[in-house]
Amino acid sequence: MRPVGMDEIESLAIGAWILGTGGGGSPYLALLNMRQLYRQGVVCRLMDAAELADDDLVAVVSNMGAPLVGQERLTDPKTMALAVTMMEEYLGRKFRALMSLEIGGGNSIQPFMGAAVLDLPVIDGDCMGRAFPEAQMTSFAIHDLQMYPLTMADVRDNAVVVARAASWKWMERISRKACVEIGSIASTCKAPRTGKEIKECAILGSTTKAIGIGRAVQAARRAHRDPIDAVLEVEAGVKIFSGKIHDIARRTTEGFLRGTATIEGLDGFRGHTFKLAFQNEFAVGWLDDVPRVMTPDLICVLDTVAGDAIGTELLRYGQRVTVIALPAPPILLTPKGIEHVGPRAFGYDLDFRSVFA
Amino acid sequence: MRRRIGIDVGGTNTDAVLLEEDAVAAGVKTPTTPDVTTGITRALAALVAQAPGARAAQAVMIGTTHFTNAVVQRRDLGRVAAVRIGLPSGASLPPFVDWPEDLATLVRAEVVMLEGGHEFDGRPLVPFDGSGMRAAARRIRDAGIRSVAIAAVFSPLNAACEEDAAAIVREECPDVAVTVSHRLGRIGLLERENAALLNACLIELARKTTRAFTEALRASGIEAPLYLTQNDGTVMLAEVAEEYPVYSFASGPTNSMRGAAFLSKRDEALVVDVGGTTTDIGSLRHGFPREANSVVEIGGVRTLFRMPDLLSLGLGGGTRVAATPALAIGPTSVGYRLTEQALVFGGDVLTVTDVAVAAGLIDLGDRARVASLPARLVEEALARIRAMIEEGVDRMKTDAGDAPLIAVGGGSFLIPPRLAGVSEVLNVPHQAVANAVGAAIAQVSGEVDQIFQDLTRDEAIARARRAAEDKAVAAGADRATLSVVEVEDLPLAYLPGNSLRTRVRVVGEIAG
Repeated sequence: MRPVGMDEIESLAIGAWILGTGGGGSPYLALLNMRQLYRQGVVCRLMDAAELADDDLVAVVSNMGAPLVGQERLTDPKTMALAVTMMEEYLGRKFRALMSLEIGGGNSIQPFMGAAVLDLPVIDGDCMGRAFPEAQMTSFAIHDLQMYPLTMADVRDNAVVVARAASWKWMERISRKACVEIGSIASTCKAPRTGKEIKECAILGSTTKAIGIGRAVQAARRAHRDPIDAVLEVEAGVKIFSGKIHDIARRTTEGFLRGTATIEGLDGFRGHTFKLAFQNEFAVGWLDDVPRVMTPDLICVLDTVAGDAIGTELLRYGQRVTVIALPAPPILLTPKGIEHVGPRAFGYDLDFRSVFA
Repeated sequence: MRRRIGIDVGGTNTDAVLLEEDAVAAGVKTPTTPDVTTGITRALAALVAQAPGARAAQAVMIGTTHFTNAVVQRRDLGRVAAVRIGLPSGASLPPFVDWPEDLATLVRAEVVMLEGGHEFDGRPLVPFDGSGMRAAARRIRDAGIRSVAIAAVFSPLNAACEEDAAAIVREECPDVAVTVSHRLGRIGLLERENAALLNACLIELARKTTRAFTEALRASGIEAPLYLTQNDGTVMLAEVAEEYPVYSFASGPTNSMRGAAFLSKRDEALVVDVGGTTTDIGSLRHGFPREANSVVEIGGVRTLFRMPDLLSLGLGGGTRVAATPALAIGPTSVGYRLTEQALVFGGDVLTVTDVAVAAGLIDLGDRARVASLPARLVEEALARIRAMIEEGVDRMKTDAGDAPLIAVGGGSFLIPPRLAGVSEVLNVPHQAVANAVGAAIAQVSGEVDQIFQDLTRDEAIARARRAAEDKAVAAGADRATLSVVEVEDLPLAYLPGNSLRTRVRVVGEIAG
């Protein structure tokens, strides 16, 4: 276990936004909350999963909802902590640590916000290794772990406990409906995990990895080197396409932001067109109508010059963007993993082919 | 004949041009004065002396960096009461939370956080705390605060809380200026609130400045209506514009880039504008400045304005040059005191202008006064300036190939005729007053931002477009010249029917 400096949280925000693959919500507001907390003297601790006893209990937390709503109903450490204490009261047991549901986007920082209020450490890891739109798209689901109970805290005096769910899909449907009802944004504590489950089934070390990506971008910027090259280097990624956003079509259905973005090629990609489909996160990319890259490979869209990640809700006509692919955690690439998070899980009748195969 | 006057009030110079039809009939450059008005009056007098027809102009367009400079330099800012309506959400991130501390300390008079706001689907979050607002308004009145900024959660979708709060403030303190966030921005509470706070701290300066502009016009015998140019290259009538100073934040660079496109008849090029204090490098696409992706910081405050993507270097005609201990160029400038403080003007400060005169790039002031500058110093300084410009140009280019570059601004003599990565350096007539030309050619816009139900995306956009065109014509645009510059649509799930929030903006030439 070690203390985490504010500079590391700053790097985490940059790296996590890239790992968000267009979704997960911008970490900016969570980062602002951390700056406020550190100004008040808080110092968070990062804990290696190996330090957990098998029967310790870990709270897996996330902010649930639509990223667009999160830009208006601003995230609050107290609400995050409330979801955790609700779960402790429901279980009649105390948590040893908090862990992020997804390392991609703002949810990478949510456990730190809750942990700051509750004075608990944060586990170095998550259960997606990126961001995904639905609850069953986790390494825990792939390992068939129990998906309930779930607690959900609202800023008003509304508290939801999903005591049981027949399947991950049911958990997703029930909790999503409740989330939409309270305004499409809520702090949630997912099914509690034992130390043993974390050690065996979580995607470990992803917090450190996100901090490393953020650091690489910062170092490249300071040295006036290409930050995108720095990301590709540190993560062994592949540059997929580079160009200008030509069209954006978005629709919000069932609490998700779905749509497509069309990019016209520039430089080496001139004369080619790239189409990206997203459901909160980028799911599939077609080069001139031929599938080129697909989930669970990480599809990241970055500002061509600055190297900042661009979320699906912030895509705009005329933006200069570069599409890159980063390798997915191995567990997502197993046949069971592909079933949960491959292209068919997003409604695309495609056989998964990794860019890295 | 169609005559328009364009004026640009920069940190160093005040420029004015007279446009007759599409030709520049006259152009003048005068130093900006601390009171601004005197500089404009002098510029207009010089313009009228050159072209008496200027008195008969049908419209006067002023672009100014005055308000941005006020924020950047932390001067002439009013103190503001911030009213946030959205509790119980967002309590940990109050107004001013991401402002630089020095600026927040200057501007923050009071922070009020109240219950209210809406959900993404238009339902109330919690009932609006009207009595809390009334109590706060009385405190604001008693504290003598002159300006209030109001931001409510999801106000771009439902402005009722902001409107109700504004009405209460006006009842309790009729003389206080009120800025409501939904008029200034879109989804993104902090950024929209920041825009409202910046606007509120500038509103008194804006009213004062606009009044001074109008007086300067009348004193010069010009009766034409006064417009202020906006960030996007369009204009608003001054009496409307003075309530929205943040809309003119980027008008200076926008005008100089639009002017560069007009004067060079090039729509795709890099533009390098060398002023007295800074060099702005931008990129023209279809005759308009390329916009910055997403967030723009002004004086360290994060906003979501659409602004030109610019690289600003601390290099201008008034930039100080230090010869010892090592050669250093800038970043400080003598600004509008160039004509008193530069060596060639009898002063004792070595500036970039002195180096240029010594090198024979331009003939200004008394050349004899720089004759004793060591040739090596002049050479090294010019090499350094070239390297600064080349690096900046390279950073703003998006393609590897060479691109044409349009040189404008009073200090354009500093741009060498050949530069790495540049296919040709275009020097155009009136390049020193390109920003004023850009102001003179500014267009009128019309915008519609409305929720449409049970229409397809295409139908909703078409309907919004027709309404936006009608608005632009009502604001003085020539219908035949209108074109769409922005289309945005945002689906609103869980509203009855298939609801789509559609925003369309059109621009056109001023009619007549």
